[in-house]
Amino acid sequence: MTTAAQASRRARQARPSRSRRRAGLPADAALLLIGACFVLPLLWLVLASLDAGAGHQTRVPGEVSLENFVAVMTPGLLFHPLWNSMVLSAGTAAVNLAAAVLAAYPLSRYQSRFNRPFLYAVLFGTCLPVTAIMVPVYGLFVQLELLDSMPATIFFMATTTLPMAIWMTKNFMDAVPVSLEEAAWVDGASGLTALRTIVLPLMRQGLGVVFIFVFIQAWGNFFVPFVLLLSEARQPAAVSIFSFFGQHGAVAYGQLAAFSILYSVPVLALYVIVARGAGSSFALTGAMKG
Amino acid sequence: MPVLPLQRPRSTPRIPARLRRKARLLPVLPAILLLLVFLAGPVLWAFHASFTNAALTGRNARSPGWVGLDNYQRLVTDPVLPLSLALTVLFVGGSAILGQNLLGLTIAVLMKQARKPVAAVVGTAVVAAWVLPEIVAAFAAYAYFSRDGTLNQLLGWLGLGQPDWLYSFPMVAIMLANVWRGTAFSMLVYRAALDDIPADVTEAALMDGAGGWQRLAFITLPMIRSSIATNLMLITLQTLAVFTLVWVMTAGGPSNSSTTLPVLAYVEAFKFGDIGYGTAVASVLILIGAIFGAAYVRLLRQGKP
Repeated sequence: MTTAAQASRRARQARPSRSRRRAGLPADAALLLIGACFVLPLLWLVLASLDAGAGHQTRVPGEVSLENFVAVMTPGLLFHPLWNSMVLSAGTAAVNLAAAVLAAYPLSRYQSRFNRPFLYAVLFGTCLPVTAIMVPVYGLFVQLELLDSMPATIFFMATTTLPMAIWMTKNFMDAVPVSLEEAAWVDGASGLTALRTIVLPLMRQGLGVVFIFVFIQAWGNFFVPFVLLLSEARQPAAVSIFSFFGQHGAVAYGQLAAFSILYSVPVLALYVIVARGAGSSFALTGAMKG
Repeated sequence: MPVLPLQRPRSTPRIPARLRRKARLLPVLPAILLLLVFLAGPVLWAFHASFTNAALTGRNARSPGWVGLDNYQRLVTDPVLPLSLALTVLFVGGSAILGQNLLGLTIAVLMKQARKPVAAVVGTAVVAAWVLPEIVAAFAAYAYFSRDGTLNQLLGWLGLGQPDWLYSFPMVAIMLANVWRGTAFSMLVYRAALDDIPADVTEAALMDGAGGWQRLAFITLPMIRSSIATNLMLITLQTLAVFTLVWVMTAGGPSNSSTTLPVLAYVEAFKFGDIGYGTAVASVLILIGAIFGAAYVRLLRQGKP
């Protein structure tokens, strides 16, 4: 949508403001109530992490202490799993982005009978429930002796998010005007050279969005590494936090909450970056709508 | 767009040019390879393995034997399967199609009327539950619904009964948790859709004296119906695949009373070590997902002829 259209729409929306203000109060109240329901479960997480004697209950800690954070901040418990998460997520995002950019370029730049069927097949791929595929993937990995391998897990996770990434990357690439490349083609540059020197620098921001989206999904993924990575030394934080919960969870809720918060902070920060950059346009549904 | 039409080959058979055009598609290859090996491969392997007695450990893990339709025969007679199917339908229908969808729409509509800062704060709260890693969200939900958790504290203050949600009403707890976790997606979809409705349409209705509900029913909803359809499809598919939330909160218990299909497939394959049977269950889930996926793709194609 053009900005002019947006501006004129905003101007028109501003007019019925009096009736809006009158309708506003009940809407405010209803929204705040809903918001409170959404915050409550998270409130426990924050309060318990600061409470040395936390249980299931939500309560204001008698004495705010960082004991829980100190207790979990050990190499074995926190830093090593976080590092594994980092390797897994960054690897996944890198593999994913490379494949997505390469695939999106011909799809965006050349018309061919191959494009539409391929894009729809890819879209269909996004729809398969990944959890349903995990049992067969485990079976396949056993046969190929790929179980407990970081690279294999990275390639699998990159594939599960690849369909979404191809759609998003193609949409971002479509927004880069083709006239600049045409000049390069005339000068004899090949398609891939034009991609590297002209298109990619122009769509830096879009690439960042795709990278972060894939990274966030990989970072939060529990089920895939839970099934495919067996040895403790390779498990990411999502899985190690689950084992921690199984072993100490019943006694150390505060530590569990502290662990959860430290593990969540990177994704929350990345999400804020994307949301700021993307503004009101919702990149994900934009990708889904094609 | 630099269009070099592929449809009409020149009269002179310039094969190199045609090859060159084909070669342009080469960069798609890595993506295709990945998708074939790690997505299509497992799906096909699933249908194959569901006809074998592949096991997690032991002799049948190395060299599974062909057992024909045994797994499917067992599937049809297994009393847990109809229960699991029903629970999955209940889970998807209750928490996605009704819960997330309606609540997401409600929040989006309210946000248009509410004051900006209120809408922003509440939007952040709703999105926060969605952005958190799934395992963390699952822990928070587990604590919230546990016997001495926050929900029962609230009910206690109100002087109401305090059941043990995760034991007595596991499905209710899981469905509410999934609404909490996933509503943000619907909210974002509907907010974008509502923003795209031109203001003059709503204004014209206002002039004609249409009330709030009338405007919603006769103008807003029909205008965003393609977003509604898209959203319903996507949240159905997302909810079909939910595993972590259920696994952390109840692990499918007590006695299978919250075993949705993904949990059943996991339990059969990894707890009872019967990969063959677990794959048969997974195949059912893949088929359901494929049906919804095909419907979704059709829907999108119709939208853009």
